[in-house]
Amino acid sequence: MHIPDGYLSPQTALPFMAIMVPVWGAAVKKVKQKVKKKHVPILAIGAAFSFTIMMFNLPIPGGSSAHATGAVLLSILLGPWAACLGVSTALIIQALVFGDGGILAVGANCFNIAFVMPLTGYLIYKLVKGNAAAGSGRGLAAAALAGYVGLNMAALFTALEFGSQYHLFQSADGTPLYFMYPIKVAVAAMMSEHLLLAGPVEALVTSLGLRFIGANYPDLLSEQDQAGNNLALEVSQNV
Amino acid sequence: MFKRYRKLWLGLGVLIILTPLGLLASGTAFGEWGIDQLMDEVGFIPSGLQKMADIWSHAPLADYAIAGFDGSLLHSALGYILSAVVGTALAAGLMLLFGKVVKD
Repeated sequence: MHIPDGYLSPQTALPFMAIMVPVWGAAVKKVKQKVKKKHVPILAIGAAFSFTIMMFNLPIPGGSSAHATGAVLLSILLGPWAACLGVSTALIIQALVFGDGGILAVGANCFNIAFVMPLTGYLIYKLVKGNAAAGSGRGLAAAALAGYVGLNMAALFTALEFGSQYHLFQSADGTPLYFMYPIKVAVAAMMSEHLLLAGPVEALVTSLGLRFIGANYPDLLSEQDQAGNNLALEVSQNV
Repeated sequence: MFKRYRKLWLGLGVLIILTPLGLLASGTAFGEWGIDQLMDEVGFIPSGLQKMADIWSHAPLADYAIAGFDGSLLHSALGYILSAVVGTALAAGLMLLFGKVVKD
């Protein structure tokens, strides 16, 4: 899901960078206000966890691969803004140090994986969990669904971004200048991989991760539960 | 910091050691083919893509590997684990630093 440089035209890649600058600004401000000092290590471990989870490539029949990201788990634990900051950090390190994902494309990649994904996952988690406890069966099921839908939303945005290039940017003789397949092909390939394989793995990672936290650090989850009894209030405060 | 969340740090360590499992999926993800793979995968290299593809060629651990040290699966696995150590240390370190700067 890490778009390399060259797959997006500069006219597409740069606006995403421009969108992310104020988003990162808002994230820094929210984390400053909302995340308690004692939870900063969770943010650190979460960013590192996300980095590591993305290294577990899953084989896709036909010779491709995909991976989970851990972004929704961090979003459930510390909120979507903290997840945005932690996962963006992981993505920027991946681009600069490991050549995974482009430099010009890093805005689009952060938008998809560090903004759309944790925000979608957070809303679905809160909506489905309702007043149930985070560690309850319903809480864990909500986490699984949130991970599944969050990852697939990120995959869909990614496919739309590079798939649109085929239609928007062609040379005079009709050959594509950047991404080389039509949007239909991009969406079909990305969504089949993520709906069938990476999505279920993200669901598992999110749910098992939440269970591990609940078993070892129950106070972290009970604080979240107390904060989140009113979805509308919660969303207005945290989103 | 390390004591309070010892189990999480340990879990992260276990994941780092297990990362070479990610090497078993040797295929490139859809839409992430390198310039050298495009001829095989797609049959041509779009001109705009070619111009921009190598904008950043300074990644010290490109493809999560040590340059020139990928002759065997063991070498690849060691490079992959080193990459995981470096990446997690940078990610966690930056977030802790951020916490120090803004939370005090």
